[in-house]
Amino acid sequence: MEYLLHILILIGIYVILASSLNLIAGYAGLLSIAHAAFFGVGAYVAVLMGLHWETPFLVNLAAAVVFCGILGGVVGAPGLRIRDDYFVIATFAFQVIAFSVLNNWVSLTGGPMGLPGIPQPVIFGWTVSSHWEFLVLTGGCCAAVLWICHKIVTSPFGRMLKAIREDEVFAQAAGKNVAACKVLVFAIGAAMAAVAGVMYAHYISFIDPTSFTVMESIFIISIVIIGGAGSMWGPVLGAVVLVALPEVLRFVGLPSAVAANVRQILYGGALVAMMMWRPQGLLGEYAFRKGEAQQ
Amino acid sequence: MTNDWLRIDGLAKSFDGVKALAGFSCSLREGEILGLLGPNGAGKTTLFNVISGFLAPESGNVVLRGVNLTGKPPHRIATAGIARTFQDLRLIRQLSVLDNVLLSFRDQPGERLGNVFFRGKSSQDQEAANRNEATSLLEECGLAEKANDPAEDLSYGQQKLLSLVCCLAAKADLLLLDEPVAGIAPEMIEKMLGIIRDLPNQGKSVMLIEHDLDAVMQVCDRVVFMDAGVKVSEGTPEEVRNDPKVIEAYIA
Ligand SMILES: Nc1ncnc2c1ncn2[C@@H]1O[C@H](COP(=O)(O)OP(=O)(O)OP(=O)(O)O)[C@@H](O)[C@H]1O
Ligand SMILES: [Mg+2]
Repeated sequence: MEYLLHILILIGIYVILASSLNLIAGYAGLLSIAHAAFFGVGAYVAVLMGLHWETPFLVNLAAAVVFCGILGGVVGAPGLRIRDDYFVIATFAFQVIAFSVLNNWVSLTGGPMGLPGIPQPVIFGWTVSSHWEFLVLTGGCCAAVLWICHKIVTSPFGRMLKAIREDEVFAQAAGKNVAACKVLVFAIGAAMAAVAGVMYAHYISFIDPTSFTVMESIFIISIVIIGGAGSMWGPVLGAVVLVALPEVLRFVGLPSAVAANVRQILYGGALVAMMMWRPQGLLGEYAFRKGEAQQ
Repeated sequence: MTNDWLRIDGLAKSFDGVKALAGFSCSLREGEILGLLGPNGAGKTTLFNVISGFLAPESGNVVLRGVNLTGKPPHRIATAGIARTFQDLRLIRQLSVLDNVLLSFRDQPGERLGNVFFRGKSSQDQEAANRNEATSLLEECGLAEKANDPAEDLSYGQQKLLSLVCCLAAKADLLLLDEPVAGIAPEMIEKMLGIIRDLPNQGKSVMLIEHDLDAVMQVCDRVVFMDAGVKVSEGTPEEVRNDPKVIEAYIA
């Protein structure tokens, strides 16, 4: 039972990550490889505050969200002025820098040793300790993030994002401030990734930089693409499939060393297959193959 | 000077040594339809790109109602009352016809995220009003049945009509139309020209690039003929058509 709850909690965390990246990549069309960086920075900010200043959990959570939102804006602003393909490289650079900072600033982050002994969250006197309680907390955050995403994408703002994704020139000629819009949505996505980071850190009660590598970013992108970019439920389905898949493999009876490799191969294979036969993903409406989509 | 509602002054723009605009000037009165003629590569589209802010001129000014718009970003110019179409026809092809029109409304409260979350009611009301207005615009021009189809499912002529409707939804005072009737069926040309001819009655001014001389003769109050980035001739459609300099430019 605990095992099943564990999987559900992980799915919840990845739903937050994938839905927030979906705002950036699926709706605004900005492919970012920096999502794991915001996931990690959010986790570290909250954990460090809790460990050093012993501030309450909700304060740490809020601080992590605000910090990552601002960081997203600061990173996004120059990156978004350049062309789309360079933007991918700029986010990659940021991802690499963020990882090195987490890994090398030993006095603050503990470096490769990570930060153990993260205390259980206490929310207005409720100590979140059992798997059930963590599932409730993660599920609540998940619901809040999905609700915000829903409000955004069904509003005129969401329509504007889609227009920017499909044709920036049209959007500008229609009076939309394209650059400001991109920075804003990038910052919001980064702030949401911080929520996932805080959940993850407190649930596992230990963090180290290896959880927030570029491979992790690519995993989140895979969830979005396989589930379906630019649709509300695509990333949710994607998270369920991609998080549950390795567990299914385990039940098939593969030894874990083999299973890890098979998993990588399956992800890769699924991505290639999607790109070839269903570039819009399982539930999506937007294909990343831009050239073809536009002409 | 009071007649110069829009003043375009000495615009210059070159690409790798090719002077697309070489000190182009002209002006437009309020409620006027000005035709812009000229051979291929004369700089007509470049002029529109400069006016609408997509290209920064090397020198010169664009002044609308006394406000200098030169060098402002496209979205600022679009909200200052200028709407345009594109020669290569731009629409959000994947979105519905109705969404394309809705996108063209300027300064929508629902496009500000703060309003989406904290003033949901007022932005929803405005959205509903825009929806009604967009629907009646589509009805007037006969695209109402297609409102929920993706824009890419429209015929070429209907897509051009839709981009004109988008300019109407923008409630712009100045419309820049880049070859709106090129390559479309005669009935559709009639329909489009009918809409364009009526624009001054709604207080709007128009600059119209068009190669089709008949169309220009039908709707334009005045015509500017340009070649190699400068104005060659200006006057009523009749005058310009009979100007020896224009005839010479066409033969060359
Ligand atoms: N973005 C650009 N880059 C390089 N050269 C350009 C660019 N835009 C226009 N030009 C050049 O500037 C000149 C004027 O082009 P423009 O498109 O303004 O002509 P036009 O009058 O609209 O012609 P047409 O009737 O064929 O549409 C041409 O020589 C063209 O090749
Ligand atoms: Mg042209």
